[in-house]
Amino acid sequence: MADPEIKSYEPHHESQSAAVTESRPARLALMAVAFTFLGIFLLLPLIIVFNEALAKGVGAYTQSLSDPDARSAIRLTLLVAAISVPLNIVFGISAAWAIAKFEFKGKAFLTTLIDLPFSVSPVISGLVYVLLFGAQGLLGGWLKAHGIVILFAVPGIVLATVFVTFPFVARELIPLMQEQGNGDEEAALSLGANGWQTFWYVTLPNVKWGLLYGVLLCNARAMGEFGAVSVVSGHIRGLTNTMPLHVEILYNEYNAVGAFAVASLLAGLALVTLVLKTLLEMRYGAEIAATRGH
Amino acid sequence: MEVRVANVRKEFDRFPALHDVSLDIKSGELIALLGPSGSGKTTLLRLIAGLERPTRGKIFFGDEDASQRSIQERNVGFVFQHYALFRHMTVADNIGFGLKVRHGPSRPPAQEIRRRASELLDLVQLSGLEKRYPAQLSGGQRQRVALARAMAIEPKVLLLDEPFGALDAQVRRELRRWLREIHDATGHTTVFVTHDQEEALELADRVVVMSQGRIEQVGTADDIYDTPNSPFVYGFIGESSSLPVKVENGEIWLADRPIGLAAPHEPSGDATLFFRPHDVELLDGCSGCIAGTVAASRRVAGTRRVELEIGGERQRVEIELPVDHPAAQKSRVAFRPGRWKLFPAT
Repeated sequence: MADPEIKSYEPHHESQSAAVTESRPARLALMAVAFTFLGIFLLLPLIIVFNEALAKGVGAYTQSLSDPDARSAIRLTLLVAAISVPLNIVFGISAAWAIAKFEFKGKAFLTTLIDLPFSVSPVISGLVYVLLFGAQGLLGGWLKAHGIVILFAVPGIVLATVFVTFPFVARELIPLMQEQGNGDEEAALSLGANGWQTFWYVTLPNVKWGLLYGVLLCNARAMGEFGAVSVVSGHIRGLTNTMPLHVEILYNEYNAVGAFAVASLLAGLALVTLVLKTLLEMRYGAEIAATRGH
Repeated sequence: MEVRVANVRKEFDRFPALHDVSLDIKSGELIALLGPSGSGKTTLLRLIAGLERPTRGKIFFGDEDASQRSIQERNVGFVFQHYALFRHMTVADNIGFGLKVRHGPSRPPAQEIRRRASELLDLVQLSGLEKRYPAQLSGGQRQRVALARAMAIEPKVLLLDEPFGALDAQVRRELRRWLREIHDATGHTTVFVTHDQEEALELADRVVVMSQGRIEQVGTADDIYDTPNSPFVYGFIGESSSLPVKVENGEIWLADRPIGLAAPHEPSGDATLFFRPHDVELLDGCSGCIAGTVAASRRVAGTRRVELEIGGERQRVEIELPVDHPAAQKSRVAFRPGRWKLFPAT
């Protein structure tokens, strides 16, 4: 029995109908507004960052970056990202799994709670940790008695970063997992797979592009976070200064080349993130289309 | 493998989906669970699979109580309504999945798994498509891959949820015949869920008609069609017409006249008469018959459907006539049902 008909599930973009297309001048005006806006507020500052960083030549630029405090800030930023991103991958997958795949009391509450870091000012997030772990804070006495240092040290910075970046992975995965439902997992179980095998061979591959996308955004934010980290870090040079904090200090000291040199690294990170994000969206879009055709 | 469902009740959030259902499935049998949506047929299938646990009652595989066993331990092949193929795996990897996730010595070497996958693809007539991804297959092909994947684990029982539900009519008919052939060749005990009576009656050895969480009737296609045991089955399977009648001294009366049908074993009182629109005998004179005014007449494929208004209460019934039968031109038609059944009035 032949079954020759093979459907392809490429997303097709229908050309817009004439009725909803604006007139040519209107289209040009809209595009001009958009591009001017982007140019003034995004592109120009980006050029200035690199321009200022290289104002005194490549030598001054590399020298600012090899300064011990700058290197320490870079190391700390990488360390914080290396701890908080994996933590949020675990939290994000757990939370998304719980919300998308079972019914339980307090689900709506949990969903709202996940968004909290987006709706709260980062400074407040930092202050909460000061109130909690500070010397006069709720747990301050106990921590001091046990010789545990959280505030104005790396653990505090990691905690603040985890808090601020918590929603990225979870929010990316929840709609994806909800759309996919339990069908594939049930199929894997019916074929004899245990829970771990089901997660590893079926659930994770189904969400891998969404997960990667979330991780990318999470990482960018973890490295770039300023407000919350600023409150809990204590600004100890060479010890608790992350890159964004270091930029601020150097700038306040009128060390423009140093400040913009470190800033250029962050801007570079942003550009790399943007490119990877675009690539992922292309790839991830195709994946989503395959999901729909399925 | 015989499957026995014994007094199973299933509630979802205290809302009963199945009430006290019992069913014996013989080894090697092909059984259809047929019913409208919400009748509990899919719930029953999922209970047999172990995707749900019964609230009360037991399910036996052979002599063994399987009710508390997990789905992995039950070793059933389940084909999902939308196939649930793993979209990131090739066809061969999909089929081999159940073997790959086995542990220890029961897990065949990779080469053996590949060989088995190819064998099963031959069986489902998709040889050569090993390296395709599910998104590159047509609906009918996916359906067959899903079946091959379920059979790869050598299941004791094969369970299919609306196996042809998502396919167009042409492919559906082909696959129906093909499933019957596969079943006869492999001899699996097979249960499938459908809301399509034609599919159930044509394909299954026995049909289980379900409604509102209960089994209404179990029987062969002939049993179900010719001797429905409830008004629901009469109405749900095939076409039917019904009329409110009265039984008096073993005779059936419609309003104030007898219609020439004897029911010597029925108790006197109000009842409902069911018959098939095509199974009627047309009469010329009316001494003991049902007579009505033609209200509407429609051509349906090879026959003509005539709607009649009967008696003073203008009860409407439908009967089927040959296309060029002269009665279709008349304004008044008299007939008597051939095969019929009485149910107590509700």
